[in-house]
Amino acid sequence: MNWPLLWAQLFNGLTLGALLVLVAMGLTIIFGVLGVLNFAHGAFYMVGAYAAYAAFTTTKSFLIAIAAGAIVSLLLGVLIERILIRYFYKRPHEDQILVTFGIGIIMVEAVRAHFGGIAQRMPVPKWGEGAANLGFLYYPTYRIEVLGIVAAALIILYVALYRTRIGLVVRAGIEDQLMVSMLGINVTRTFLVVFGLGSMAAGFAGVINSPIVTVDPEMGAPVLVQAFVVIVIGGVGSFWGAMVGGLIAGEILSLTSMVLPAYSNVMLFAAMALVLILRPQGLFGVQGRQ
Amino acid sequence: MSEIRTRKVTRRAVLKIGAAIGTMPLIKVSRAFAEEPIGNYPAGVSGPSAFVGFTVPLTGPYSAEGNDLLRGFKLAVEHLNNGGGLVGKISTLSGKGVLGKKIEYKVADTQTQPDPAVQAATNFITNNKAILIAGSVSTAVAIALGKVAQRNRVLYLVGCSGANETTGKDCQRYSFRSQQSAYSAAKALAPVLARELGRTRKAVYLVPDYAYGHSVHQSTSQFTKEIGWTDVGAQICPLGTADYSSYLLNIANSGADVFVNVAFGADAVASTKQAKQFGVLDKMKMVVPNLSAFQAKEVGAEIMQGVYGTLDFWWTLAETNQAAKLFVDSFEAQNNYKPRWPAHIAYTQMLSWADSVERAKTFSPVAVIKALESGHKLQMPVGEVYFRECDHQQVRAVPVVVGKKPSEMRNPEDFYRIVDLKPGVDVMPPCDSVGCNMPSY
Repeated sequence: MNWPLLWAQLFNGLTLGALLVLVAMGLTIIFGVLGVLNFAHGAFYMVGAYAAYAAFTTTKSFLIAIAAGAIVSLLLGVLIERILIRYFYKRPHEDQILVTFGIGIIMVEAVRAHFGGIAQRMPVPKWGEGAANLGFLYYPTYRIEVLGIVAAALIILYVALYRTRIGLVVRAGIEDQLMVSMLGINVTRTFLVVFGLGSMAAGFAGVINSPIVTVDPEMGAPVLVQAFVVIVIGGVGSFWGAMVGGLIAGEILSLTSMVLPAYSNVMLFAAMALVLILRPQGLFGVQGRQ
Repeated sequence: MSEIRTRKVTRRAVLKIGAAIGTMPLIKVSRAFAEEPIGNYPAGVSGPSAFVGFTVPLTGPYSAEGNDLLRGFKLAVEHLNNGGGLVGKISTLSGKGVLGKKIEYKVADTQTQPDPAVQAATNFITNNKAILIAGSVSTAVAIALGKVAQRNRVLYLVGCSGANETTGKDCQRYSFRSQQSAYSAAKALAPVLARELGRTRKAVYLVPDYAYGHSVHQSTSQFTKEIGWTDVGAQICPLGTADYSSYLLNIANSGADVFVNVAFGADAVASTKQAKQFGVLDKMKMVVPNLSAFQAKEVGAEIMQGVYGTLDFWWTLAETNQAAKLFVDSFEAQNNYKPRWPAHIAYTQMLSWADSVERAKTFSPVAVIKALESGHKLQMPVGEVYFRECDHQQVRAVPVVVGKKPSEMRNPEDFYRIVDLKPGVDVMPPCDSVGCNMPSY
């Protein structure tokens, strides 16, 4: 066993997992509160990256690019919730899947029509260039910073969900939507905020991942699939579930590709199947939730 | 004895009569050969035009290549119908259609997947009475469409497909490929690598897990071993991987000093970017046996400088080759960028087909296939080309290139310097080694 390599791969799994956590978090709060399986989530991730790319090419500032990616995906999320998604809350899941899937296709093809199918270049920001010596390995500085950025974003999200009034309403909405509205709380507005925030989480993940991966119209599809696996492992609608599920998924992908690269995705789905057999509600899920 | 003889004679007489009866319809058939309906002939060309169906990926991971391919097809159709470009240089082509018939076409988006591609091609064949189907950017699609073409007896021009199988074990009588195979690319590349990087290198491979990836890995490994290199292992990654960190760490720790990146399209961009970030490109030389059409533009010259690879075509051939200049200039005038190799494949394949139709003096697929198989040579942007009868692979020169430094680039699209243009005959696999069992006409 090559120990330094193992450590390095564990670390890799951590950074990969952190991004999955962020994407899955958006997916899981949307599903938890609205009960909508958002198949356009991957497209929001892609739109975030493209908005950042467009902002970066005009301003050359990475911070403005991050802001642009987050704001554009937030606004787009709010817009789509208002004109489409809200009419589907009472409809069956199949309808919701179809409409969000369709929205996703439209977003991907709209971006392709405007930017073309060629991959766009998003450089690593100045403050993330080069590699850092961690003692046990040299690791790209930017990826280490991504860990910090994701951690900060998750803390903000945690505080918003668990330490604010609207967070309380959101969590209450997850538990019992009907009761919340009977208490006279404006659920419609809460739904709007949640969909916007969920979309923003995906868009934000897309921005900070854009210097690492290929920025092309297809970039969201594999992320969406992995994020679904994450929330199934962690438990649908659970904050800690998305957190732990994401890190587990990252480590599975990373460690499997060390020994059996071709099987890394297979192992991920095998883990999901195992969870579904032993604990169908997911690691942190609550049994019997709708 | 006599009894036996009698019986013998009787049997022979019966056989003779039977043979006579049997050959009568055959004589009829062979006399009517050219008029016999085959596939969509003659129904598809009974009017004033001939229909061609283009199956190209306009969405999906290879849409950028697909768009370039389509532009090449469109340019070819325009030149075949109205003259211009290379059409004036090929004596059989009139610039007034093919055999006097105007070429009409429709485009179907294959989404870079075999199923929609097969559906689209079948639709073209049954509803549009297509006389020709052309296009693909993926070996999986090319092989699937080859089978459709063979089954329906309608000619198919492959488009982009680099795997050996396309003109190997999956070869079809009704399909032809002009792009160099992985075998030819590797064989052309290896001597350049030996000269430029030395003979004692250790190579590690990043291989996307499908026919194309394995084909390129196998051929490149084979020919680099012949120049003295060692293959220290391969990282097999799923198609469409976004994060290559694990693979790249294994590559960095492999002890190799050359990184052979087989990933294609968006995968090539992501893996190359990340290889730079992980410092792999600072420690190792990168070799890309088959460079993706827009790879240098997508990754940037800072990273692509010093990278060796092959391409089906690179636009600077226009500086030395008259046919290439005609093609590049007319393409650029219409599309405002330098054509990439998918456009080159599309354009030249259409002209080769039109030339063979003119020589056969009929659209009948059997006669056209025979004209293509005859080894008739044409002057194309990579020089003299012709198709081999045994596997329907085009024999053509293979450009070997190296990425230029940003400071050496004369314009924003001047990414590569051509270091070698290996003649096709020198890099073709022997016919008996490709595993092609050619189906009947």
